[in-house]
Amino acid sequence: MATQAAVASLPTFSAEPALGRQRGLWSDAWRRLLKNRLAMVGLFALVLITLLAFLGPHVGPFGRYAPNDQLYTPGAKQAAPGADHWFGTDQLGRDTWARVMEGTRISIEIGLGTQLVVLFLGVLVGASAALGGKFLDNLLMRATDITYAFPDLLFIILIRAVLTGRSWPVVTSPRIVIIIAISMVSWTTIARLVRGQMLALSERDYVLAARALGAPQWRIVFQHMLPNTLGPVVVAITFGIPIAIFAEAALSFIGFGVPPPAASLGTLVAIGYTTIQRNVWNVVFPAAGVAVLMLCFTFVGDGLRDALDPRTR
Amino acid sequence: MAAYTIRRILWVIPVLWAVATITFFLMHAVPGGPFTQEKSVPPAVNEALNHRYHLDKPLYQQYGLYLWDISHGDLGLSFDGDRDVSKLIRDGFFITAQLGLLGVIVAVTVGMTLGTLSALNQNGPLDYLGTIFATIGASVPNFIMGAFLVIIFAVNLGWLHVLGWGGPHHVSEIFKPSTWDYREVIIPVVAVSVLPAAYIARVTRASMLEVLHQDYIRTARAKGLAEHRVVLRHTIKNAMIPVLTVIGPLAAALVTGSFIIEQMFGIPGVGRAFVTAVGRRDYAMIMGSTLFYTVIVTFANLAVDLMYAAVDPRIRYR
Repeated sequence: MATQAAVASLPTFSAEPALGRQRGLWSDAWRRLLKNRLAMVGLFALVLITLLAFLGPHVGPFGRYAPNDQLYTPGAKQAAPGADHWFGTDQLGRDTWARVMEGTRISIEIGLGTQLVVLFLGVLVGASAALGGKFLDNLLMRATDITYAFPDLLFIILIRAVLTGRSWPVVTSPRIVIIIAISMVSWTTIARLVRGQMLALSERDYVLAARALGAPQWRIVFQHMLPNTLGPVVVAITFGIPIAIFAEAALSFIGFGVPPPAASLGTLVAIGYTTIQRNVWNVVFPAAGVAVLMLCFTFVGDGLRDALDPRTR
Repeated sequence: MAAYTIRRILWVIPVLWAVATITFFLMHAVPGGPFTQEKSVPPAVNEALNHRYHLDKPLYQQYGLYLWDISHGDLGLSFDGDRDVSKLIRDGFFITAQLGLLGVIVAVTVGMTLGTLSALNQNGPLDYLGTIFATIGASVPNFIMGAFLVIIFAVNLGWLHVLGWGGPHHVSEIFKPSTWDYREVIIPVVAVSVLPAAYIARVTRASMLEVLHQDYIRTARAKGLAEHRVVLRHTIKNAMIPVLTVIGPLAAALVTGSFIIEQMFGIPGVGRAFVTAVGRRDYAMIMGSTLFYTVIVTFANLAVDLMYAAVDPRIRYR
């Protein structure tokens, strides 16, 4: 009697928790990411830095550091860090904290903006190469090889020189010019990655099954293949952000970045470097800014890679 | 293998043509010409200059002339002082190569040593320090590293100098010890080598750990080999394969990417010449250095692929 009752209740008993325990790839990855201490530190620091950089000039006590009405106090040039000027002042008496925050904002904008363009271009080229037949594949991959053969920074400098000062529709601001210039050399990684993933996926059983069931090509691509290439692409994009930030900082450092009065972190390091004998702080803070930004994005990228692909640990 | 090598070398030609073509048209699309100046020059002078550098001809003729010249190894004349671009690049590369070579030597030595020690000391304090170095070193740009080194060793301690290049400026001076001034060399070399060193350390560590867990290492230990023999003969030799493959691209990146450091420390290499050339729209110099760097990058990648096959008999190219 007791056994019978137990048997009868068995199906309902086992089905519920099994369904409840099911997790998707992304929530699973998110859990793993949460457990990764370095990645969480990086993520937290990034959120904090982003908030400070974007809201800083508008909200609360940081308002007085707004770059457009910088505290310009004659006689307080090259001041050391203190209560009034947290990071000191530069050679014109401008507040370094405000300048560093503005530079950080430019760096983040360029890092994210570049990767948006790269994501679009890379997925477009990679997917077209994988799905568009042999001729298109050959053409696009040779174009990728040639772009890859260009020395990165030289190509960026040339493209920037071509686009600067034009009255063309998209390239309206120096920042967009730099975003486009950096994107033009960085899309190759994503394109190769997406193509490789797509080619591998098209041989998978579930894609064959979908095809056998008569699913249209667009449905197979958007429903089955693109979502499955997403993991590695997200990781590559995350690692692309610090690379773009580095490229921008390096360009600004040698004078090919955003024009003054806006100053990116690289420009600030360059300006500070000219007066390094008098005041090292104007180099220390922006330089540390670049390093911290890049480190944080790398930590998050490492964490994402481990979380999304547990096999590569 | 031979067929593969030949095919790869032949592929360099269309790549160079494409790079030359794209660079040529991009460069001519840059607003303004090399002789547009604030100060107005007599029109006759301008005409003469344009004629001298073929700038008075239509663009397609200039392009044809340029391709003809580079296919004969003639990179043309720099607009800046009418000097031979090939010679300018040769002189610059003599210095860039010293910086690059020293950087590679430091990066490989430090990276491999750190990576090996980390792996042998897995999860120990040395491993911990090595990992911290590898993580931070891999995400700090070379000019930021350079700036911090300058602050510590030049501004505060005053030990090292930061302007110019302390190595020989001409081939004939290599063996004259008096031409070397280590105080001008250390900071740039360290600045360019930290990032590759960190990367090599990371790859070496991972590769060493993988090899250390192989069966043949257990066999070597089981037959009673001394630990140093196990490490030197059986582990390091096999662990070097993945490391070799990253050294090539890193060396190429180091040589081509060092122009920020050259600019920063006033080192008269090819990179600094390129930066100046873009500012002056010195067409021939821009083209020359871009092609030169492309050749370096392409051959570095080729060398790695071939070396890969040479060290690892399991890899065969067709």
